[in-house]
Amino acid sequence: MKNEIVKEKIGFGVLLAATLFVVIPVLLIIWLIISKGWSALSLEFLFTMPRNGMRAGGIFPAIVGTFYLVITSIAFSLPIGVAAAIYLSEYAKDNLLTRIINLAIINLAGVSSVVFGLFGLSLFVVFLKFGVSIISGALTLGIMALPVIITTAREALRAVPKSYREVSFSLGASRWQTIRHSVLPHALPGILTGAILSIGRVAGETAPILFTVAAFYLPQLPHSLRDQVMALPYHLYIMTTQIPGIPENYRYGTALVLVGLVLIMNIAAVVIRSKFRKKK
Amino acid sequence: MKKIEVEHLNLWYADFHALHDNTMSIREKIITSLIGPSGCGKSTLLRCLNRMNDLIEGVRIEGSVKIDGEDIYQMKSGLTALRKKIGMVFQRPNPFPLSIYENIAFGPKVHHMAKAGELDGIVEESLKAVHLWGELKDKLGKSALGLSLEQKQRLCIARLVAVKSEVLLMDEPCSALDPLATLKIEELMRYLKTDFTIVIVTHNMQQAARVSDETGFMLLGELVEFGRTTDIFTRPKDKRTEDYITGRYG
Repeated sequence: MKNEIVKEKIGFGVLLAATLFVVIPVLLIIWLIISKGWSALSLEFLFTMPRNGMRAGGIFPAIVGTFYLVITSIAFSLPIGVAAAIYLSEYAKDNLLTRIINLAIINLAGVSSVVFGLFGLSLFVVFLKFGVSIISGALTLGIMALPVIITTAREALRAVPKSYREVSFSLGASRWQTIRHSVLPHALPGILTGAILSIGRVAGETAPILFTVAAFYLPQLPHSLRDQVMALPYHLYIMTTQIPGIPENYRYGTALVLVGLVLIMNIAAVVIRSKFRKKK
Repeated sequence: MKKIEVEHLNLWYADFHALHDNTMSIREKIITSLIGPSGCGKSTLLRCLNRMNDLIEGVRIEGSVKIDGEDIYQMKSGLTALRKKIGMVFQRPNPFPLSIYENIAFGPKVHHMAKAGELDGIVEESLKAVHLWGELKDKLGKSALGLSLEQKQRLCIARLVAVKSEVLLMDEPCSALDPLATLKIEELMRYLKTDFTIVIVTHNMQQAARVSDETGFMLLGELVEFGRTTDIFTRPKDKRTEDYITGRYG
């Protein structure tokens, strides 16, 4: 009996340790970038162009670039991803085609990001002649985000109780009317969760934008989707590896801005989500 | 007057033969009950009448179900019109998580039955038909999820009144309710049968005896006996029916 209690306590301790082990890196990362980057934050840093070979001035074009890339890529991948999820969850029968599609989605999620970059370069930049531009980069990032959006949206749709569909059908609603009025409103919060996850991933990726959109040094704002932009993760990479003599707090400040930007966009999405939840 | 005629109906769930050659006719504007032990196929048979079994993969159906003389399994289109005509009430009261008003308005809206100005009237009439108007007329904008189970079930019936269903299929409509609420719903059923043809599936034999005019007894997918409720309960023709109603079966 006593032996059982000891075993229980050891088991509990191991599980707790594992959980703490997950939390520690998160706290360390936040502590590191805040402690080393906070001193760089100023209105000048946030809202002016870089100067003196990026060793001074601000990171405004990179912030704007990353913001544009996130908005454009989500605007592309969210509708397509949700439409695909609706098809897979509500219309597709369990046959060979569906299984191949599901396999493709899983594999798409497993492709490394630099391969997405090469794919974007050859398809959007070269073949479709979009050039190195926001549109090429956003489409590349969007395709990379698709599996997450599709998978979370599909799970959200599947979690809607069967009885909601049944009662709608039993009232003579068509399949689409059932989805539109009875299923989608309930799945929307879950679908937005997928979008939130994607925002973080899209904002932070470097490899997919490397060949498709990111500018090394471009101290101006884009005028159209055909322009190149600077982006925060790539800017961070070049400041850290390519340019000697950059103050340390500039690099960590950039990381802090990147994390903060993702946080702000996520909060916006969470607010929208809770609005929908309340509406029910 | 015959409303529904089921002829030699067989149904398989993949390899499982769930309904064996069922034949019955259901008369207009009376209450018909289907009784039998769990798993006997009574719900499956009920769901054949509005083709709800179509939603399940691997279902195969043979035979015919005629409603007003038209075979519902032969008509190529008009499945939504069929479901509008043949409404269904489920075991768990399942209002949409919308307001009381929107729950009733859902059907007329999806069928484009009403202009904007007419919806209020439809909602009022439908709630009156199920005796809910008095209780709820001042809180039509409130969520239907806050209602009692009995009120929810009445609301689900009112939804069908709103789309002008002719047949009400009820799948154990009282099994989630307490005895008092059950009696009230039965009272409502008797009131509604002047306008509707009602088919109720129940495992509660007393309920079938109390409320229905005709009864079908099912066992292992077979419709053993079908006739006037008083005959089934007092002079059953089949030994198996007698065993069941006298309590010698599950």
